[in-house]
Amino acid sequence: MSASRPPLPGWVEIGLLPLANIAMAFLVVGLIVKLIGVDPFHALKLLVLGAVGSSESIGYTLYYATNFIFTGLAVAVAFHAGLFNIGGEGQAYIGGLGCGLAVLALDGILPGLLMIPLAILASAAFGAAWAAIPAWMQAWRGSHIVITTIMFNFVASALMVYLMVNVLIAPGSMTPQSRGFAASAAVPSMQATLQWVGIAVAPSALNLSLLLALLACVGVWIFLWHTPWGYGLRTLGHNPEAALYAGTNLKRTTLLAMCLSGALAGGVAVNELLGVHHRLVLDFAAGYGFTGIAVALMGRGHPLGIVLAALLFGALQQGGAELNFEIPKITREMVVVIQGLVILFSGALVHLPRPWLQALFARKG
Amino acid sequence: MQELTADAAIELRGIDKSFGSVHAVRGASLRVERGSITGIVGENGAGKSTLMSILYGLHRADAGEILVEGRPVQMASPRDAIGHGIGMVHQHFMLVDSFTVLENLILGAEGGPLLAGGLAAARTELARLARDYGLAVDPDARVADLSVGEQQRVEILKVLFRGARILILDEPSAVLTPQETDRLLEILRLLRDRGVTVVLITHKLREILSVTDKVIVMRRGEVVAERRTAQTDAEDLAELMVGRKVRFDLDKEPTRQGETRLAARHLSLVDRRGVRLLDDISLDVKAGEIVGIAGVSGNGQSELLQVLAGIRPPTGGEMEACGRRVDAAHPVDPAEMRDLGVAHVPEDRLRQGLVPAFLASETSILGYQDREPFCHNYLMDGPAVGKYCADLMERFDVRPRTPGLRSSNFSGGNQQKLILAREMARNPKVLLVGQPTRGVDIGAIEFIRRELVRSRDAGCAVLVVSVELEEILSLADRILVMFGGRIVGEVAAGEADERTLGLMMAGARAA
Repeated sequence: MSASRPPLPGWVEIGLLPLANIAMAFLVVGLIVKLIGVDPFHALKLLVLGAVGSSESIGYTLYYATNFIFTGLAVAVAFHAGLFNIGGEGQAYIGGLGCGLAVLALDGILPGLLMIPLAILASAAFGAAWAAIPAWMQAWRGSHIVITTIMFNFVASALMVYLMVNVLIAPGSMTPQSRGFAASAAVPSMQATLQWVGIAVAPSALNLSLLLALLACVGVWIFLWHTPWGYGLRTLGHNPEAALYAGTNLKRTTLLAMCLSGALAGGVAVNELLGVHHRLVLDFAAGYGFTGIAVALMGRGHPLGIVLAALLFGALQQGGAELNFEIPKITREMVVVIQGLVILFSGALVHLPRPWLQALFARKG
Repeated sequence: MQELTADAAIELRGIDKSFGSVHAVRGASLRVERGSITGIVGENGAGKSTLMSILYGLHRADAGEILVEGRPVQMASPRDAIGHGIGMVHQHFMLVDSFTVLENLILGAEGGPLLAGGLAAARTELARLARDYGLAVDPDARVADLSVGEQQRVEILKVLFRGARILILDEPSAVLTPQETDRLLEILRLLRDRGVTVVLITHKLREILSVTDKVIVMRRGEVVAERRTAQTDAEDLAELMVGRKVRFDLDKEPTRQGETRLAARHLSLVDRRGVRLLDDISLDVKAGEIVGIAGVSGNGQSELLQVLAGIRPPTGGEMEACGRRVDAAHPVDPAEMRDLGVAHVPEDRLRQGLVPAFLASETSILGYQDREPFCHNYLMDGPAVGKYCADLMERFDVRPRTPGLRSSNFSGGNQQKLILAREMARNPKVLLVGQPTRGVDIGAIEFIRRELVRSRDAGCAVLVVSVELEEILSLADRILVMFGGRIVGEVAAGEADERTLGLMMAGARAA
């Protein structure tokens, strides 16, 4: 009797509610933009055109979305097991270390068909290993995973700076980055691939990692909802006592969830290093891990929702950059504020419009 | 049906309340006479708690009127209710364990920024209440050190302290031993004689019959009957509650016992802080018998079930389940126990037995998710699971028969039937059952108990843990009583009565 309100229809729950959240966020954004003396409608137009106005901007939007899909999935998988993985940032970063080490060691020997899968595996393995340590500390030692994953972001960051500056830096280079990867270790760009089948698009950072991200979505969906391990993992997340009762090994399942989560976060390294930078660089994971939390929340932990949320955040990232370029008054920081408001309204205040929608649909029904 | 002779302390007229599509209370009208004890009975979900919550200001009615002492009033919050002299004692105590009785008493009625004055005034008032109502409690005792019965007395005192003249008690005996319950009923009579109006919500007909002046029966949100207690009996009330004849007697065949399927020898369980939860437990459960474990909640029954089901390893002693030896050095996990043929219906269905957010079909395979026919080649077979769940629902009369509905959307009785179905479906050799009918409506209680007996007759070794003595007495062939983590007595079902069992449950050692 405690659930005193009728459930909303499914399409409202997953379609209209997020849209209402975004609309509210943009309303506040519009007010702020107005306040600093810019026409909000003009700004909105620039934002939208900047995100989807040309094949180049669409490419960049999708490229950003690729990263958000990986980190969104990472957060979601852990979240289904009841674990709040704040460490996507560090796991992506260390995933990049694995990717870089594999390529730097083997790109002279292996052909692309072997090199790229191996580098992808190395990214996933290093990301998983970095997540496994907090998972182990949570499951066996009782250290809270939120705290440890946050701390591990800092450790990862410091470790990478040390390695890049002292160990992996290209000889003779002044900037802390590794030597360039061999061409065999490059994930083909979308532009090149589409040209190959006869479709011409403008060049952008978008590469075939997007397909890997979509594949990961399918994989996560199958794993969580169609395998007994996914079933056990979700049971653990909803109801640890029921999982214990069912005979699920809670410690091993915690470890499994975090390793998968870390491996997915490692996908960012594939997109960034193999797809764009073609060398190991500092700070390539910049912020994607954290935004992944918002993506997962907004996507309700479902791969399909995560793809949609990732597209939105990709568009905001790309459109925001264009907006900043066109209207210098809207600084880079303003764009972050816009993102922050979207996160606020679709994350923390996600249930704000619910009573109104419920009233609306209760009257209809 | 209305009597105009006595004054009404409370009158509800045409109260209506919906929660979304659920019509919880439908035009309920009732009168509670001043200085009387009125019982409200009904199955779970009959609307009795909702109706009382409306009276206490926790919910607002969609329609209808509330009259207190003949005057129409608005109840927007419990504060209003308290202002009108209505107090409520909840099923779960709302006490701060580490505070003294006195400190709990003034909580929310401190009477000023400094506690000293309030405490002194409260002490005087408490002494008066103790004298007037025979509710003696040491004002300086820590609540944590009090027995459950005494804690409940503190709850009642809290309500009286706030000036309540009308007392609502929601399932007050759920946590009490029979003796404590008797004492509570005694207190209620005394309160009535001193002019307090008492409303007692319960599903225990025995209490209703022994203490109330009038009974109001609710079914599906409506007040369906009102009876003078003297002119009714348990069968009549049960029939009114359920809407059809209910049979309480189970008429079991005598047991045909077979080999021992589950044996425990000197089992003990000590937690990390060194607290002894189980102490020297030895028991046998044979094929074809139901062993009942009686005891007041919190005396080690939950832990015993966990150990027997393989959820927690024992720290001492050993047990043997279907040929598998288990001790501290050779622990077992629940999955292996299932393989051995030990099924377990857990005590707390919402926390252990199912995942409220899962579909009914997912719940129907909890613990069996990696087995044929639900899973082959590492992939789960959704259609097979759905079909299996539909079969279980048919066999165990789970309503609605919708495998695609969330588990939380089923009523308590139907959730329990689904869990029971899941555990009984594989014809286990041993069936462990905790609180088989807790929070389950009468119709389902009857069904569940019959299924348990049927399972016994089919040769299953059944162990039932229940805090409902009446349930243990009707089900078990042999009764073990637990107190303080030990088994303090064993009684054959034929020789058991509530009084001796009650004494053992309270810790008085019997031979």
